Amino acid sequence: MFTIFGIPAQLFYGQLLLGVVNGAFYALLSLGLAVIFGMLGILNFAHGALYMLGAFVAYILLESFQIGYWWALLIAPLVVAAFGALMETTLIRRMYKLDHVYGLLLTFALAMIIQGVVRLVFNNAGLPYRIPDQLQGALNLGFMFMPYYRAWVVVAALTVCLVTWFLIERTSLGAKLRAATENAPLVQSFGVNVPRMVLLTYAGGAGLAAFAGVLAAPVYSVNVNMGEHFMITVFAIVVIGGMGSIMGSVIASLILGMIEGLTKLFYPEASALVIFIVMIFVLLTKPAGLFGRGN
Amino acid sequence: MSNDVMLKIAQLEAWYDESHVLQGVDFEVRSGEIVTLLGRNGAGKSTTLKSIMGLMPRRAGSVAFQGREMIQARPDQIGLAGIAFCPEDRGIFRSLTVTENLMLPPVIAPGGLDLDTIYAMFPNLKERASSRGTMLSGGEQQMLAIARILRTGARLLLLDEPTEGLAPVIVQQIGQMIREIKKRGFTVLLVEQNFRFAATVADRHYVMEHGKIIDEIANVDLPAETKKLHGYLGV
Repeated sequence: MFTIFGIPAQLFYGQLLLGVVNGAFYALLSLGLAVIFGMLGILNFAHGALYMLGAFVAYILLESFQIGYWWALLIAPLVVAAFGALMETTLIRRMYKLDHVYGLLLTFALAMIIQGVVRLVFNNAGLPYRIPDQLQGALNLGFMFMPYYRAWVVVAALTVCLVTWFLIERTSLGAKLRAATENAPLVQSFGVNVPRMVLLTYAGGAGLAAFAGVLAAPVYSVNVNMGEHFMITVFAIVVIGGMGSIMGSVIASLILGMIEGLTKLFYPEASALVIFIVMIFVLLTKPAGLFGRGN
Repeated sequence: MSNDVMLKIAQLEAWYDESHVLQGVDFEVRSGEIVTLLGRNGAGKSTTLKSIMGLMPRRAGSVAFQGREMIQARPDQIGLAGIAFCPEDRGIFRSLTVTENLMLPPVIAPGGLDLDTIYAMFPNLKERASSRGTMLSGGEQQMLAIARILRTGARLLLLDEPTEGLAPVIVQQIGQMIREIKKRGFTVLLVEQNFRFAATVADRHYVMEHGKIIDEIANVDLPAETKKLHGYLGV
């Protein structure tokens, strides 16, 4: 049996894979957060709650309606996106004329309310969600076992990130979105309905978060607090990757997921801190982020 | 050239917070004309264009475009009605390529210039197609900013100081281009500090001061009125 830096190879690769899986979640969440920040100028503190809602919608679909995982992957993001659209239309858009801090406070309050309501119904207990039959089991790669479900999470997350990247960077709708991020009034003067684009952006970000939530349900148990752990880390990653850059968020997510995973092996006490240490380092040397465009 | 009034501004007022920037502006632009707003810095020329476009936080009065009252309209509704804006800073988007910048404003009505015509008028837009918009020189960015609104089918173009900061050779090219688009039936409301340039393209000039129109001079009368104009502009 090989060892790598004194650690059994199987453990090393297993932890690396876990890091990549975490990174895949970070990527989905940081992508939604970065896109919302770009368009709305608001750091969406409700993002973790929307992620949690995605997992809960999947749970409720299964428990109450016997609707399984694969449908949940489609339905939960749509439901949560609609809910996000409602929040934007009734509340969040009133913050745009104000200092950005107010948007932050509002989304923070919304997160607390969402969590509070879910907690009222479900308490703090972790609820189980079964890995779908098609993805049970693992592949023996020789140097490690790779659970099918975790491989699926990475593939699904990266595919969605790639599709989102393509929509934003390579389509004319994406061009309008990028332009509105720079100068919304001018884009609006061209006849583009910018308020509607903003609404759809927020809903899209919410949908991405919810999709991550459904992917997460079989991996981390479905519970009210599941968003909180992720979100602080995701904020740090968005800072590191650069607020304006989609590719930056995704790449930073994967790398930092792996760094975090490996740190757990070699220096477990630091694993919770390592991403923030990187963040401080990046802020000191390249404040716009590694791939940031410096707005 | 039809002589219908395309744009009629009456008692237009506008505010930036407490600052009463436009204090009752009255003028009109007829179809197919090129009209300029002249005046010193701070007279309210750019603010007038922004008010027409609905980009001011607060405005009052009347902005009638082709007979339709637009004072309450949103900027996107005004854009869809057929008015297009080219701001003073040109508004070229940094995260878009030259082609993406060019194609960004949607076609809102028939009658805009097609791409072949645009590339014939502005050949370097084709050469620099995949460069980032802001990698172009000032003059090229100005051409791009005008080219993209020629495509949309908008009939009234609001140009805010198109020659500002540009070399004399480029200024001449822009003048040529504006005369060309007039031949093609566009109507232009132009804000300019450089009245000598304005004289090479415009049919009529309005002079603004302290948020009001204080005089109107036909281009043919300009040589006779030069001294008066110098007085207004403090030249």
